[in-house]
Amino acid sequence: MTGLLERPPGRLAGRTPVRLGPFSGVWRPRVIAVTLTGLALLVLVAAVNIGRGDFPISLAEVLAVLVGGGDEAQQFIVLELRLPRTLTGILVGAALGLSGAITQAIARNPLASPDILGVTAGASATAAAVIVLGGGNGVITGLLSAAGLPVAALLGGLFTAALVYALSFRRGIEGYRLVLVGVGVGAVAMAITSWLLVVAEVYQAAQATVWLTGSLNARGWEHVVPVGFALVVLVPVALLLAFVLGGLQFGDDTARGLGLNLNRSRGALILVAVALAAVATASAGPIAFVALVVPQICQRLVGSSRPPLLASAVHGALLTVGADLIARTALGTELPVGIVTAVLGAPYLLHLLARRNRGVTA
Amino acid sequence: MTTATATPAGAGLPGAPAGQRGAVALRRRRRLVILGLLALLAVAALASLAVGAKPIPLPVVWDAIFFPTGTEDGIVVRSLRMPRTVLGIGVGIALGVAGALMQGHTRNPLADPGLLGVSAGAAFLVVIGIYALGVTSLFGYVWFAFAGALAASVLVFVLGSLGRGGPTPVTLALAGVAVSALLTALTSALVLADTNTLDAFRFWAVGSVAGRDAGTVVQVAPFLGLGLLLAAVNAPGLNLLALGEDIARGLGQPVQLTRWVGLIAITLLTGAAVAACGPIGFVGLVVPHVARSLTGPDHRWLLPASGLAGAVLLLAADVIGRVLVRPAELQVGIVLALVGAPFFIALVRRRRPASL
Repeated sequence: MTGLLERPPGRLAGRTPVRLGPFSGVWRPRVIAVTLTGLALLVLVAAVNIGRGDFPISLAEVLAVLVGGGDEAQQFIVLELRLPRTLTGILVGAALGLSGAITQAIARNPLASPDILGVTAGASATAAAVIVLGGGNGVITGLLSAAGLPVAALLGGLFTAALVYALSFRRGIEGYRLVLVGVGVGAVAMAITSWLLVVAEVYQAAQATVWLTGSLNARGWEHVVPVGFALVVLVPVALLLAFVLGGLQFGDDTARGLGLNLNRSRGALILVAVALAAVATASAGPIAFVALVVPQICQRLVGSSRPPLLASAVHGALLTVGADLIARTALGTELPVGIVTAVLGAPYLLHLLARRNRGVTA
Repeated sequence: MTTATATPAGAGLPGAPAGQRGAVALRRRRRLVILGLLALLAVAALASLAVGAKPIPLPVVWDAIFFPTGTEDGIVVRSLRMPRTVLGIGVGIALGVAGALMQGHTRNPLADPGLLGVSAGAAFLVVIGIYALGVTSLFGYVWFAFAGALAASVLVFVLGSLGRGGPTPVTLALAGVAVSALLTALTSALVLADTNTLDAFRFWAVGSVAGRDAGTVVQVAPFLGLGLLLAAVNAPGLNLLALGEDIARGLGQPVQLTRWVGLIAITLLTGAAVAACGPIGFVGLVVPHVARSLTGPDHRWLLPASGLAGAVLLLAADVIGRVLVRPAELQVGIVLALVGAPFFIALVRRRRPASL
């Protein structure tokens, strides 16, 4: 909000409008440049990620296999092992980046991420319950275990988000109340998780910790399909709904004055963000930091007043796949990707903070 | 959330007389709040001494404290429950005051001592202590936790103050998030590399006041005392900062000095609390909201009320944890979330929490 006041007034008038039928917007070449650069880097990193490993395959051979060539061993390794893993990384990262951008734009808080809606906390608690309690104890955990870890995590995440939404609904949804209720519900879920870790056997606790850190290890096509389907449906919806984000940016009263139906548009956007985050978390565990840092980084790269959606999705995918490449190959052992996303993302955010301290807006 | 530049509306201006009668009523109300909290704290402390796996009647507790004769009940009270209760009070006050200071300084209602990287830093050094040096006693954790808390918050302040304009609420919060995420990731990496470390760490990380002896209390007491002193000094300056930095500077307040004193107080208080009990969430986040709805935004009243409410909440949660699954215990960190969260949600739903 303060950023608007600090900007020299001449810049606003100098922007070129773009009109297409009933829609209109402002021509922002930086948004397009940042998105396309991210996309190009993403393709490159994904190809390298598929090629590297215990059985190295050159870039040219990777491309050959992808269009149907290569020998049998290469086809198996690329198509059955590394491609699904990389695709899961791309899709999960894109979903997290987009979800984070939407959440931060609605909450108008740079600290907001889908975590605040309780999605990841709920999914984590459910997953920990499945790992620690197994099938033996009780009807609910038995049913969840039978459904499998990803489905259980998805249900847990969606249920928690629905709970947060229901508890914060009071003659409509207010961003402030939603965030605070989310903190409360998330704290309960996290307490349950840490209690489960204390009562678990050590090996179960270790297994749960890997999941809780976020890992792409041993992800196959069965993980790619649900995330891919979710993105195909949700990305267009998110981009359509995003038109109201500009109005929401000015606060409730102004947005209402601009003729927005606050509850409907905000509820729809939250639903999209939650669905994206829940599907992503169910597939790969809560990969830290992508949803939090990528929208902030993209906002600074683009120089806009709120996180750009498409650019956030592309760069979320880039960060996740790049982190997975490092997690798989940089050290001797294979780390969970969530550790690397945090180690990569945190210093970059700090660097941007130090360089453009004045550009930060709440 | 964009209260960064907004001043509290209307009645929020500290010290502004809203009519003579209103001011008197407000002062009487605040005194009543403090007295009520003190009474609650006394009740909670007695409950904490009497309730547990072995219930001890209050007269016996009284005798054990003031006329020790060495009976079995007396030993339970003096050597187990008294240090635990004193520590609970100290840590509760520290977390409550630190939370109020933090929300005042960052002007972010979500601000929590964990936000400045304190908990994450403490956890990371504790893990290093367990992993590399084989420390396994609570006595050993304390110093690692304190060093980690201190180092992480200094790192956050330095990183948040880089660039033009020095530390602002938003840059500090973002730097805290970044450093926390980094340290948490490194902690996970270490914990995953060694099962024994995970086994020791998970019991510390859950947050508990059980099993602490008088030595732990003595260790952290100086840091708590200094932190509370700095917090008291900081209160009037924080009231002026709430009007906005420019106005505070215009009224003759040394803004940077006030910020630094506040940050040092937060670090000392939360560092000592985390060191003694492990990361206990929720007190620093919830309590200031409750206290603010009772006393209003004047930090001279808000800070003591937050501290007392924090101590009451922590002791109550500890007592509940001992009763719920008797003869076993639920750790206070878990109970706090299970009990505190519904209360917090009800408060948030009832009306908009008093603005910062």
